[in-house]
Amino acid sequence: MNYDTSSTTRTSVPPDIAASTQRRVRVATGEEHPATSPLSVHDMTVAYHRKPVLWDVDFDAPAGSLIGMIGPNGAGKSTLLKAALDLMPKASGRVMIFGKPYRQQRHLVGYVPQRESVDWDFPVNALDVVCMGLYRQIGWCRLVSRRHKQRAMQALEQVGMADFAKRQISQLSGGQQQRVFLARALVQDAVLYLMDEPFAGVDASTEQAIVNILQTLRTAGKTTLVVHHDLHTVREYFDYVILLNMRIVAHGPTDEVFTPDNLRKTYGGHLTLLDQAAQAIAQQGET
Amino acid sequence: MNWSTLDTWIVITGILSSMSCALIGNFLVLRKMSMMGDAISHAILPGLAVAFLVSGSRGSVTMFVGAAIAGLLTALFTQWIHKFGKVEESAAMGVTFTALFAIGLILIVRGADKVDLDPGCVLFGAIELVPLDMITLLQLSLPRAVWILGSVLLINLLFTLLLYKELRLTCFDPALATTLGINAHVMHYVTMTLVAITTVASFESVGSILVIAMLIVPASCAHLLTNRYGVMLAVSMIVAAASAVLGHISAITVPTWFGFADTNTAGMMAVISGLIFTGAMLFASHQGILSKVFHRFQLSLRIACEDILGKLYRMEETTSIQPTQQYAVVMPAGKWMHRLAHANLVRAGKVLYENNTYHLTDHGRWQAKKLVRSHRLWETYVAKHFDLELDHLHESAERIEHFISQPMQQAMIEELHHVQTDPHGQKIPDEPSDHNYNSDIHEGDT
Repeated sequence: MNYDTSSTTRTSVPPDIAASTQRRVRVATGEEHPATSPLSVHDMTVAYHRKPVLWDVDFDAPAGSLIGMIGPNGAGKSTLLKAALDLMPKASGRVMIFGKPYRQQRHLVGYVPQRESVDWDFPVNALDVVCMGLYRQIGWCRLVSRRHKQRAMQALEQVGMADFAKRQISQLSGGQQQRVFLARALVQDAVLYLMDEPFAGVDASTEQAIVNILQTLRTAGKTTLVVHHDLHTVREYFDYVILLNMRIVAHGPTDEVFTPDNLRKTYGGHLTLLDQAAQAIAQQGET
Repeated sequence: MNWSTLDTWIVITGILSSMSCALIGNFLVLRKMSMMGDAISHAILPGLAVAFLVSGSRGSVTMFVGAAIAGLLTALFTQWIHKFGKVEESAAMGVTFTALFAIGLILIVRGADKVDLDPGCVLFGAIELVPLDMITLLQLSLPRAVWILGSVLLINLLFTLLLYKELRLTCFDPALATTLGINAHVMHYVTMTLVAITTVASFESVGSILVIAMLIVPASCAHLLTNRYGVMLAVSMIVAAASAVLGHISAITVPTWFGFADTNTAGMMAVISGLIFTGAMLFASHQGILSKVFHRFQLSLRIACEDILGKLYRMEETTSIQPTQQYAVVMPAGKWMHRLAHANLVRAGKVLYENNTYHLTDHGRWQAKKLVRSHRLWETYVAKHFDLELDHLHESAERIEHFISQPMQQAMIEELHHVQTDPHGQKIPDEPSDHNYNSDIHEGDT
């Protein structure tokens, strides 16, 4: 038995918006938004307490790429991920996974939430947390079998955390907790991964471990969208970037889009960040 | 103590109601929504009143439906107020349940005045009257409360066992649960409905105080005692059952010691669960207060021991101190910790007390060397890297000397190009090489 019971999609948008969305979709499913794209976001607008936080977000993620999403605090990066995953209501727009609505394609998508979003005092160990990624495959009302635990152990080995499998999660460092989260995403065996700030507050060795995993995923032909903060490492890590500040400022291959001009448009006003960006680009130019 | 069948039924009722509450209460505690138990147990009142006014009966089924709807509404209203009113969650609960409780009271006073609503009954229930209301079903004659509470416990058990891992995931990470196709909102509202049903089932026999206590206390207690999810569920139920049994026994025995008549069982059950919680807080192995105090004491003792060893070692280096002065130097007056440390050192064979003077044994000298080495390395290291007055070095070294591990010492000595003397011109002792005392290092390191 599978957790997904709904095969039909329900839209709960007002009629006038729904009509316009359908018009857009007819256009969208044409050449503009190809079914080969692992993640197509069509004209998505998200509001919080009636205040829009994302306007007309529209992009297609190229398959098999490692995508960095960059923007200042409050730019709506996490919101974009959550709205795409139906964790937050959308005011308008829709999200297609390989040309089909997200609700039909849930099994293809893996999500790594922000580390602070959960209670790390929860009475579970690292292995239990990784097993959670397998719950869909295990199905309702069934127990986690030994076979599933072995798969979870393999994922823990992949992120270098096998020795900590039985450790209660509050006794792990921030970097170790993040690796456990990553292992939990890996066991889902998804095709598209959405990761919310996996590099936030981790040590250097964990950062390297995460980068290695991301590259392995890309080699395996999977697509990963990562919310990222450190402008210095953007060129090094990602081959595609989305610059976001409530609207999409620019998106495209890193070489073309990650320019001082676009960064200024994205971060406008935040001088320190702008300096950091200029410095990052200058450094990258030298090497 | 006079034990009769009545007592047995009272205890069984207590066990069933406290175990039902404790089991479902785990999910309130784990989701950090303990206030919700408080809120729902009050807010079901209007549900009961409306159910009574509509159906005109106090039958169990109508009461359960009314309570379930009221419980669900409490959870929904709390979410809405929290979300749209931009109020924090506990405040939203406070607003919701007080308003609903007040509506319930008005309904009862205005519409159902004939229904007996005794404040004492609401607070403490009437568990003593349970055995008087027997019902025969399937040729089995049991008190009505036992039938009802038994069914509720069964429902709660089935719910937690069948949805064992789904509940764990929705409590821990609702966002991931939703992306996996387990709707965390639906699970939340189902849980809250069960809280309401459990509450109303327990209400009549044990009263609101015990319901609130049993929803929260056993689960919190289990959370302190274990860090395994399944064990936590089991421990909470054991604590609940123990509170029920011990509660009733204390209720009929303790007051008689002081010459009073026996007291209310439900109240005593809540007291016992509170006592068990206090015990758990003190004795919990990993985060208990006592273990913290003990560890701190152990650390102080180790530092005191090492300080004495260090002083004796320095005296051996400079023989200028007379034996008569020595006692005052080694043993600062009035420091009981130092007396204890001294006794410890003598017992461990590290220090010898002979002819009114103290001597280091080989073992003691070995440990003292490590300490003094650590102290002087630190001073040398700080003096090299920071421009500080020489007399400012000692104080920080005196504290940090106890915590510099052997690999760190090695790294320092290499960084300092194997320097022989510290900034004060004193010799840095060599790394003592004897391995006979190795077991002792580990003991001291903890």
